[in-house]
Amino acid sequence: MPEASGVTTVAIQCSVNGARYTATVEARLTLADFLRERCGLTGTHLGCEHGVCGACTVLVDGRAVRSCLMFAVQAQGREVTTVEGLAGPGGALNAVQEAFRSEHGLQCGFCTPGFVVAATAFLADNPDPSEAEIREAMSGNLCRCTGYQGILRAVAVAAAAGREELK
Amino acid sequence: MSPIEAVDAAGGARYVGQRVARSEDARMVTGHGTYVDDVVVPGVLHAAFVRSGVASGTITNLDVQGALATPGVRAVYSGADLNKLVVEPWLDYEGPLGAGPARPFRVLAEGDVRFAGEAIAMVIADSRYAAEDGAEAVIVDVEARRAVVRMADALLDSAPVVHPERSGNLAGEIAPPPDAELDAIFAAAAHVVTETFSQHRYACVPMETRGIVASWDPYKEHLSVHASTQGPHGVRTQIARVMGIGDHQVRVVMPDVGGGFGQKMFLVPEEIAVPLAARLLGRPVKWIEDRRENLMSGQHAREDEVTVSFALDGDGVILGAKADFLENVGSFPAGGSSSIRFSSMVFPGPYRIPRYRATARAVFTNTNGRCSYRGPWMVETVAREQMMDRVAAKLGLDPLEVRRRNVIVGGDLPYKTAAGLTYDQISAAETLEQAASIAGYDAFRSEQAAKRAAGRLVGVGISLFTEPSGIAAGTLSTEAATVRIGFNGHVEVVTSSASHGQSLETTIAQVVADELGVDMADITVSQGDTQSTPYGPGTGGSRSAVLSSGAAREASQAMRAKLLRIAAHRLEAAEEDLRIVDSTVSVAGTPSAHVGFAELARLAYSAPDALPEGEEPGLQTHVRYRPSSPFTWSNACHICTCEIDPKTGKVTVDRYIVSEDCGVMINPNVVEGQIAGGVVQGIGGVLYEQMPYDEDGNPLATTFVDYLLPTTTEVPLIEYGHIETPAPTNKGGHKGLGEGGAIGSPPAVINAVNDAIAPLGVCINAQPLTPEAVARAISSAASTPTHRLSPAEETP
Repeated sequence: MPEASGVTTVAIQCSVNGARYTATVEARLTLADFLRERCGLTGTHLGCEHGVCGACTVLVDGRAVRSCLMFAVQAQGREVTTVEGLAGPGGALNAVQEAFRSEHGLQCGFCTPGFVVAATAFLADNPDPSEAEIREAMSGNLCRCTGYQGILRAVAVAAAAGREELK
Repeated sequence: MSPIEAVDAAGGARYVGQRVARSEDARMVTGHGTYVDDVVVPGVLHAAFVRSGVASGTITNLDVQGALATPGVRAVYSGADLNKLVVEPWLDYEGPLGAGPARPFRVLAEGDVRFAGEAIAMVIADSRYAAEDGAEAVIVDVEARRAVVRMADALLDSAPVVHPERSGNLAGEIAPPPDAELDAIFAAAAHVVTETFSQHRYACVPMETRGIVASWDPYKEHLSVHASTQGPHGVRTQIARVMGIGDHQVRVVMPDVGGGFGQKMFLVPEEIAVPLAARLLGRPVKWIEDRRENLMSGQHAREDEVTVSFALDGDGVILGAKADFLENVGSFPAGGSSSIRFSSMVFPGPYRIPRYRATARAVFTNTNGRCSYRGPWMVETVAREQMMDRVAAKLGLDPLEVRRRNVIVGGDLPYKTAAGLTYDQISAAETLEQAASIAGYDAFRSEQAAKRAAGRLVGVGISLFTEPSGIAAGTLSTEAATVRIGFNGHVEVVTSSASHGQSLETTIAQVVADELGVDMADITVSQGDTQSTPYGPGTGGSRSAVLSSGAAREASQAMRAKLLRIAAHRLEAAEEDLRIVDSTVSVAGTPSAHVGFAELARLAYSAPDALPEGEEPGLQTHVRYRPSSPFTWSNACHICTCEIDPKTGKVTVDRYIVSEDCGVMINPNVVEGQIAGGVVQGIGGVLYEQMPYDEDGNPLATTFVDYLLPTTTEVPLIEYGHIETPAPTNKGGHKGLGEGGAIGSPPAVINAVNDAIAPLGVCINAQPLTPEAVARAISSAASTPTHRLSPAEETP
């Protein structure tokens, strides 16, 4: 609805990490800002706000998307999962999170949530990727600290751990 | 994860040297890190800046009425509002240095603009969205003036002056008297080689941009700040000076920081505007730089040109060297960002160069200011290592052989360079040989000959350097640590410096754990708050492994001695019979006689009469640490192989080898992580990244679509060789290497590319080596009759 200030607001309902949110938001509010400011989920980071760096990657209905390029109103009726929603009961790290830790896949940690979410989605689609497929899948996220060495190892290790679990 | 296999003589776990997983990671991989934009301050307002669209010009009109009328906007400030509030513009610890003119500084442009992107007005509103609405409504008219953009133009008589209050564009100069002896060496030399090398402008680009939140309490007369910085104590001093208040009136908290690489060592004017506005408004103010701002105005690095001359004997042995440095510091450079003194000092590097003279100039231009970037002086290695390959080409020697003939070997140590620096312990020759061995250098040369014969462009590049790590001079001389043990026996370490990605919460705990005989899980490292940590100059200069761990080690040793004194008294045993394992002091051979840290803490705090006579109550020790030398030299050799697509000019890095000596490694994962990050920044810098300006001074790379960072599909698998020569400057024997990856990698890649195209008779002295640039060089060879394209014809 248009307000006196000229800013249009919209009522939305969506699920974030399994919890239901009902909010009235400016139509121009990005999903990233909605998650960070309205839901208090600051693990979703903004590194470029133009869809290149991937730090703001979240899952919408299970698919990895850049939350800086999506408006909150577009999440109407959807299920959003952020990095905070990936750990298991009691905060147990998922296989990707555990592998990033064991393989020194992060330094400053700013890009890490985006990589962790993107890798989790990738391995759900492709549990047995080749090294080239891992490189291709992770090439949509930027890291400035690690030279990607530990990140590539971590995704391979997480894939192997996932396959082990299925046995 | 339990990687701890080594055990010390006393039976305790040994952490130093182990690949310990990081203490920082659990919060970061789950999204629970706290970066500056995550800090919630009640009542906070948000800032956005109006920026100049031209490089140089006179502001003829600034109308903020439209912004003030924008819903949500609370205030709009111009240069006239904020610049007059600056009491002392020195953004350094020590205030004015020397008699020269002050480094240019202003909070906002006033009267004129001096680079495209300079902040002109600050809009403060209820949300960032509203602040940007307001910024769009500000009307600025600028009458453009001719700008000076290229550093080669800056010193021409006809050049416009960037800062009209100064006499010209010379920002700094090194001009020693002529050296007749060196001239005589050149006159008599069998060979003289002279080349000019340039490197282009690129930037730090931390994934987290700058950001700051400031709140002024008018009743306490106190400013509270959260900032994304490399040094909270420096931020405190900088802000206090500018605002004309005492350091004690400012508290700066450095939360988790998403990388800095030099860019966050000093504040930019926008970050100064935030606390000024917070005090004016009486409301907390927050500014998070966006990526466009970071790329356009967040400061740049690297743009340099060096002319090098070597005098050589008939065998390619260097007899003397001359180097002339030219550096572009832009319009408003950061503190300490001019590197000409360091570059010229470090230039002789790992080689025996008996006599050497350097000259240098730094120039202002109407471009974004220069800041430090990982190895800010590294153009010396970029130029010198290309020069070694030119010498090899001129004398018909292999680049590896030229380096072997000139490298400083163990028998030369201690070696004082012609620039006056002394290497007490380096292993340049060893890293050269180790890297060549890992690379299979000789085998590569054989394969290369065969591939060249088949028309393929493959090359190998070497880069050898020394790194002045652990810088401990002037403001950077010391770091401090406090160790305290609480009632529950848990060890807390408070450090003066703080990590912005360097893993200090882990590596400092490793050092302390070994010194105290404590499990790492029983140690917490705190950092980054000026209210609770001792003064520290900030994390940079590859200093942490030497200075921060040195401070923590010595404070731990003092704590260990204290624990043993108290335990010996309690257990009625001799100190030398005691050992500490798992936070428990016990008597060797009498395991039943023991006392835990928790009980020792209870005695120390609550039962001072139970302490030995003269023992200070409490369990807290503090050490301010200074290593025994202003530099702790580390060294490394990088070898890179590449292949070039002759049609497109695209360079693919095939193998990348680093042999390094950072002394005793605290955590090889962290060592290799630092190397890899630096190496890929250098590969990116040479092949992809560039911060170009057009001739009018408009920045042409202001998004990640224009400024190309390397991704997973571009990086090679990095191979490591470690040589551990303990450093004599500190008890742990550690050397820093945080910058080396970014120092050594650019010339290794450049040399590999030039080696690949060498059969065509062409050589490229400037970067970036984009496909277009390499293809242009290849086609220039094709069109020059003296240069044959067919590599087969080049094979003897």
